[in-house]
Amino acid sequence: MVCTDNIDFTIPLQPATDRIMIKFVLMVNRQGQTRLSRYYHSVELSRRAALEADVVRYCLSRKKDQCSFVEYKDFKLVYRQYAALYIVVGITDSENELSIYELVHNFVEVLDKYFSRVSELDIMFNLDRVHIILDEMIQNGHIVETNKSRILAPLTTIDKMVDS
Amino acid sequence: MALKIVKGSIDRMFDKNLQDLVRGIRNHKEDEAKYISTCIDEIKQELKQDNIAVKANAVCKLTYLQMLGYDVSWAAFNIVEVMSSSKFTYKRIGYLAASQCFHENTDVIMLTTNQIRKDLSSPNQYDTGVALTGLSCFVTPDLARDLANDIMTLMSHTKPYIRKKAVLIMYKVFLKYPESLRPAFPRLKEKLEDPDPGVQSAAVNVICELARRNPKNYLSLAPLFFKLMTSSTNNWVLIKIIKLFGALTPLEPRLGKKLIEPLTNLIHRSFSSRVLIFICFGFFKLAHKKSFSDVIVSLCYITVLISLSSGMPNHSASSVFLRISVVKYLGLLAMSKILKTHPKSVQSHKDLILQCLDDKDESIRLRALDLLYGMVSKKNLMEIVKKLMIHVDKAEGTTYRDELLTKIIDICSQSNYQYITNFEWYISILVELTRLEGTRHGHLIASQMLDVAIRVKAIRVFAVAQMATLLDNAHLLTGNMQRNGICEVLYAAAWICGEFSEHLENPVQTLEAMLRPKVATLPGHIQAVYVQNAAKLFATILKNQEGNTDSTAAQETSQMMIDRLPLFVQSANLEVQERASCILQLVKYIQKLQQKDVEVAEEVSALFAGELNPVAPKAQKKVPVPEGLDLDAWINEPPSESESEDEQPKAIFTKEEPKHSRPRHTEVDEKELARRREARKQEQANNPFYIKASPSSQKVYQEAPGVEHIPVVQIDLSVPLKVPGLPMSDQYVKLEEERRQKERAEKKKKEKKKRKEKRSGRGKKHDSGPESEEDITPAHVVDIVTEEMPEKSSKHKKKKQKKEKEEKEKKKKKKHHHHHHHSDGGGEESVQNGTVEEEEPLTFLVFPLPRKVCDIQGNLQDGSQVVVSVIFENKSDSFLKSMEFNVLDSLNSKLQRPEGSGPHDGLTVPFQLPPGVSNEARFVFTVQSIVMPQKLKGTLTFIVKDSSTHEKLDFKLHFTCTSYLITTPCYSDAFAKLLESGDLKSSSVRLEGVNMPFHHLLARICFHHHFSVVERIDSCASMYSRSIQGHHVCLLVKTSGQTVSIDAKCDEPTLLGNVLDEIKQTFSQC
Repeated sequence: MVCTDNIDFTIPLQPATDRIMIKFVLMVNRQGQTRLSRYYHSVELSRRAALEADVVRYCLSRKKDQCSFVEYKDFKLVYRQYAALYIVVGITDSENELSIYELVHNFVEVLDKYFSRVSELDIMFNLDRVHIILDEMIQNGHIVETNKSRILAPLTTIDKMVDS
Repeated sequence: MALKIVKGSIDRMFDKNLQDLVRGIRNHKEDEAKYISTCIDEIKQELKQDNIAVKANAVCKLTYLQMLGYDVSWAAFNIVEVMSSSKFTYKRIGYLAASQCFHENTDVIMLTTNQIRKDLSSPNQYDTGVALTGLSCFVTPDLARDLANDIMTLMSHTKPYIRKKAVLIMYKVFLKYPESLRPAFPRLKEKLEDPDPGVQSAAVNVICELARRNPKNYLSLAPLFFKLMTSSTNNWVLIKIIKLFGALTPLEPRLGKKLIEPLTNLIHRSFSSRVLIFICFGFFKLAHKKSFSDVIVSLCYITVLISLSSGMPNHSASSVFLRISVVKYLGLLAMSKILKTHPKSVQSHKDLILQCLDDKDESIRLRALDLLYGMVSKKNLMEIVKKLMIHVDKAEGTTYRDELLTKIIDICSQSNYQYITNFEWYISILVELTRLEGTRHGHLIASQMLDVAIRVKAIRVFAVAQMATLLDNAHLLTGNMQRNGICEVLYAAAWICGEFSEHLENPVQTLEAMLRPKVATLPGHIQAVYVQNAAKLFATILKNQEGNTDSTAAQETSQMMIDRLPLFVQSANLEVQERASCILQLVKYIQKLQQKDVEVAEEVSALFAGELNPVAPKAQKKVPVPEGLDLDAWINEPPSESESEDEQPKAIFTKEEPKHSRPRHTEVDEKELARRREARKQEQANNPFYIKASPSSQKVYQEAPGVEHIPVVQIDLSVPLKVPGLPMSDQYVKLEEERRQKERAEKKKKEKKKRKEKRSGRGKKHDSGPESEEDITPAHVVDIVTEEMPEKSSKHKKKKQKKEKEEKEKKKKKKHHHHHHHSDGGGEESVQNGTVEEEEPLTFLVFPLPRKVCDIQGNLQDGSQVVVSVIFENKSDSFLKSMEFNVLDSLNSKLQRPEGSGPHDGLTVPFQLPPGVSNEARFVFTVQSIVMPQKLKGTLTFIVKDSSTHEKLDFKLHFTCTSYLITTPCYSDAFAKLLESGDLKSSSVRLEGVNMPFHHLLARICFHHHFSVVERIDSCASMYSRSIQGHHVCLLVKTSGQTVSIDAKCDEPTLLGNVLDEIKQTFSQC
């Protein structure tokens, strides 16, 4: 057993942004319109628009057969394209690129399961539901849940509540 | 009728939900902004209603608008209202809006504390869940403190859904409110064994993050994680666990061995699926730990993957289900991790990596470039750069080409040009790079040229020739205004040609090139340099032509200057104008003198005499901040932001600085010099504040790695020094090869000889295989700028500091007198009174009677040497001579005596002291152990001239532990690594009743105890210092009220204890 008395409980000081593994999740279409944005660290509203536009431009400029990782400023972007929709995740250097790459696909699979063949319109019109799904998967910049049925469990309960 | 309209609009207001809003925005593509502003007005109306359903609907729409970039902070209060709704459907809308819009500084968050607490303890698990999710987005330190307990309780909630969320949000709470970590830790650990995999994964996540910062504390959890790793099937969790082990293995090498088996199992289990790469990749994140022996095996895996993907795309794609580019990228990333510990194995794949430079994908190319940076050695630098140059030519798109350019320069210039063996080659590369079209990095090339030309003395002749050609062909560079960036190079070219004009082959031609009318189209700062350096060239030309009997050539040059300079006088740039008109007048005056046949060359060149010495960029840091000076305080109120915006710092401009400030002394004839020298000596001898170079002190200086003292080897170059036209760097590769071969042959010869002498029996096995790194000797040597300040300035400082010394008592002559006084004084009183001079710490010992001031300095070069500088001041009215300094050696410390003298002989002080004069002598001590402070007894004997009597003076030298510390700057990341390394012992001390501002306190510690501040946050600061024997001393200073607590870590506990005692003493004196 661990004797907690010997443990030094100080958390060393470091830049706050480094503590968040996933910085943001964006869904953008080919026209550069944001369909969903979720930031796990606070970014000023005015800078969000500029960041989103820049990120989209970056991803759009890449060809389909190029790899899904882009080094952008001091962090990395992992993106995947689904039809006209790009899902872009900003991560810190210490995060595993491939696990995020897979997570994005997992996210899309969950959406697909819930909306049965998800489209851009589904996401637009059900923004709050997509947010619930995303919140079940990622919480404060970390992956919480990857099991599809467990992710959808709260949402289905809510839907039942609304119906009744 | 009117009623109907009103009713209709109310209905519509109720109707318009999120879907309608989205649809509406899509239907109003042309006037979207206008449509949205009407929508916002409607929303404002809706928010005024009492109906919570209407409000929730409005807030939901606001969330969408916020995503589109509209500011909705005005609705913060309404969001809180919706959050506190009892109905879950509305509550979650409120929480969603809050998590999107709120941040730490939103003031309404204060109002939410109770609401959130209520939701957390709600019987409905989804209420709790939504509150936890929301909280993770906007938790503030206050919220964290108030709610920490509630969340901790939730960690053992019956529902796993709540447990996992609570566990994960605890991490955020720890960050905001670190005190919560201790009580929560046992429960957190428990969660690692939670029956629910989701909760387990959350706990792994949190502990992994915590452990990354402070791995040592979590070592005891290793067995638990080991079990998890073998049992878990969740790949995301596996990745985290592997990452955690990556942090733990350096602390416990045995762990690495133990891990090999399960990791290989994992790889086999997941073979031929994408999980393979998944795991491999996690594996590589681990691989940067040296203790890991299996790395080579895994390297093979990834190499196979890369080669497969580049060779047979179809095959590889089908076997791993991932895109080739993704695999390639990850492979390169993994390689860069391995490179740190196993450079050899990566270097063998050089060709593969170079191939990746051809990839279509920029991300992959950049990764490959990054790898190359770490792979270069003396041996392969030329080859790699040659390949890169080919890519530069081929590259499409300026961004990538600029990236290549910076990488080439980075690669070549890394660690003080460590890998460059032939600087002519490098200059040629730089010149070739100037031919790049449209690069933005002209100034980078320029600063490299300047740096090399200044620091590598042997290269100047070659560099000047190249720069002259560049100037001559300036039209090639400036022809197109679009390529403006590159004309920065001309800045460097002009400066080098001017400064080192004595090496110019044909200065008149270069001067002509610099004064062409076309120059006026260049940017102002470059023109300014042109004008200034034209004057330098002019001076050189005059000097060259001095000997000639025919003075027409010189006069022609003057005439040319006079003809051409007016162009610059009319320049719109003030700097150019000023310099040009100044120089024009000067030339006109010179011309007048020339016509009278007066010799002027000497005086003109005196304008530009003097050598430039490179100064280390960090030199300023070595100048200590005087006590009482607060650098953080504003002298004047800060100016408004708009003023500073247009300042553009450019590296080039700082380079210019020394040129202006450099002393321009006129040359005088030998006799005059000798006379002055004599006079100066006389003056110095009598100047109490001048520190004379005594024999022992000279020795000390020699050991300091000053710029002057590095011998610059002039190696016989095997290449012709003058290369006509623009050079081709390629030729150097061949030449270099030849040179090395020659060297090798010579070495062989030498070695043969050696072997003959040594006889074959013990001789080393001669390796005729490929040459090793060390064997390649550079053709040119760089002046390495160490962090030493020019000596002059340090002496200057010292003088000042000594002036401030308190009055000095008279040195009495009579022996009995002295003894009497000494006993009166009651031993010595040690006053720590040092200022930090360069890197050496000092401690002053002030004796009550014989006012002798001394400082003790650690010798940087030798961990066992300490230099004691003693100032002798004669306060009597008589002349003192034949002074002898002697110390009773202890076991630990010995005075260094000249060879041949006995262990008890005194050292002659190399000067005499007239009345009222003081002087300094330095003595070197050898110290074995530096962990304890100690006192040495000593005597000083001298003869009083008038009475011719021998006198004796006793003293004690106090070597404090502080005096063995050397102020060493340390960066926070290095500091953190040091603390993490875990071989430091800790200790702490508490100071009560310290009544001074925190920054004064820090300054005091820095000042008296030679620490440097690593990082300071509010009332907490980390500090660092190093002993002369390389012990690290780390302090964490915290203050609250009048109590200061210092937690310290050091790899030598005794030393640490003593240093802390001394710090305590310092503060008890104030």
